[in-house]
Amino acid sequence: MPDPSRSSAPPHPWWRWAIIAAAVIVLAAAFGYAGGWLAPDRLTPRRIIDGLQQDSGVYPGYRRNHAKGVCVAGYFEGSGAAAPYSRSAVFGQVRTPVVGRFALPGGNPYAPDSSVPIRSFALRFNLANGQQWRTGMNSMPVFLVATPQAFYEQVEAGRPDLATGKPDPKRMAAFFAAHPESGPFLAWVKTAKPSASYVTESYSGLNAFYFVDAQGQRHAVRWQVVPEARDDAGTGPAAGDGDYLAGDLQRRLAQGPQRWHLMVTLAGPGDPTNDATKTWPADRATVDAGTLVIERAQPQDSGPCRDINYDPTVLPDGIEVSDDPLLAARSAAYADSYLRRTGEEAHLPGTAHPEDKR
Amino acid sequence: MSKPAAFHPLARLLHWLMAVLILAMLFVGVGMVSTVSEKHQWLLALHRPLGITLLVLVVIRLVVRLRFRPPALPRDMPFPMRFLAHASHWLLYGLMLAMPLIGWAMLSAGGYPVMLGSALHLPPILPANGLAFAWLREAHRYLAYLLFLTILGHMAAALYHGLIRRDEVLPSMTVGVRPQVSATAPAADEPAQE
Repeated sequence: MPDPSRSSAPPHPWWRWAIIAAAVIVLAAAFGYAGGWLAPDRLTPRRIIDGLQQDSGVYPGYRRNHAKGVCVAGYFEGSGAAAPYSRSAVFGQVRTPVVGRFALPGGNPYAPDSSVPIRSFALRFNLANGQQWRTGMNSMPVFLVATPQAFYEQVEAGRPDLATGKPDPKRMAAFFAAHPESGPFLAWVKTAKPSASYVTESYSGLNAFYFVDAQGQRHAVRWQVVPEARDDAGTGPAAGDGDYLAGDLQRRLAQGPQRWHLMVTLAGPGDPTNDATKTWPADRATVDAGTLVIERAQPQDSGPCRDINYDPTVLPDGIEVSDDPLLAARSAAYADSYLRRTGEEAHLPGTAHPEDKR
Repeated sequence: MSKPAAFHPLARLLHWLMAVLILAMLFVGVGMVSTVSEKHQWLLALHRPLGITLLVLVVIRLVVRLRFRPPALPRDMPFPMRFLAHASHWLLYGLMLAMPLIGWAMLSAGGYPVMLGSALHLPPILPANGLAFAWLREAHRYLAYLLFLTILGHMAAALYHGLIRRDEVLPSMTVGVRPQVSATAPAADEPAQE
């Protein structure tokens, strides 16, 4: 029986319909590729964070790495010494409020403080002009790997064995054998000891950045905060106390603010800006950009650092990212972790619920 | 009330300009959150100023839409099709307006500075709140998927008008003139020529 409706009327040959179908399919497929659904080999932020979760377990509401930590607050007072290299207002002789966070690497928020010899320090500078500078620093001179891909491989190599609950040493050894760039980090970690205090440590930004001066000239830099407080053997942790760092911090802050100097190292010609596994020569010019003063600490579950993603690519005018491939990966992966933990706090459908203590 | 035969040239310009920018925006958006490569950085740097540009454009477009009446749909379109046409257009307008606002609100709630360039930034439109961030971030994602699906449907419908019905709908947004044949006889009533 002939159908009088237009859509099935005979004058429309199949190829007209095919054009419509092809247009939809091509556009949808391109979108699927751009979004990674049709590109299964792509290293996505999700895969990195999934890998970290598989290594450490899932602790809803917590950061997926550097999960154990404490919020701090204070200010940064610029000395003016870095102002010739960066036009950012933060380097003038002004005070900029800072919200920071000390932490331990690893995804377990209950790990004992002595379980790793590394501590980290993240800062967010709130500039008067509304811009922000965020940085995540670590108490080691170099990073373990130079690329996101190698980082992911290291996360996979560190996966706990189902039988022992510990990473397979052979897998780790194979990873390091295949990654000679980890040599400087391994040499450092061999002698590194877990410190008794957050405040006696130096923290390095590890990645290179560019300072941009008032003339628009770029200067490759790395930075580090160096403490005024010295190691104090007398304040060592009591045996069996796995949370001594937070207690030590409170004790020291009760006696007065704690200070660091923001030391900015200027690259020489040929110094690598794209490889966080390599230090720059020790004789490079360094300027004391100002004093970081930490006055207060608060638990991370209620403190102001809780809802801050310390993405090191959030930068004010006058600082720019370098060609270090780790920076984009840190930004992308931190954003994924931030959405997971805030989504858990917000009880978004499909998320794990935070434990009572958060 | 008499309606024009085609969209106002300004409406057509806005339509095609925004079509390109919105598609680019959707691809940039899903691309930047799915990679840890350096593309993440420059796509992100593109996404925010482009989003605010689209917010400005959609406001202009709404004014143009209210100021200049669009052409009527062909009288012989069946009711379900007319309903879909109207509903999908208001959905498109709603999403075009909502997406940049949600993006802006989401960055505000996340405590991020809303940077449009190295120095230019917008004020927050919400106080910092991690829970609000999570809801807005997921809304931004799923409404973006909905916008993409609506655009696919819109494109398919436009091609259906142009290739199958061969009525005046597609020309009213492209060349802007009523095709000769449709003035006298609806396209599908033509004898088969192919």
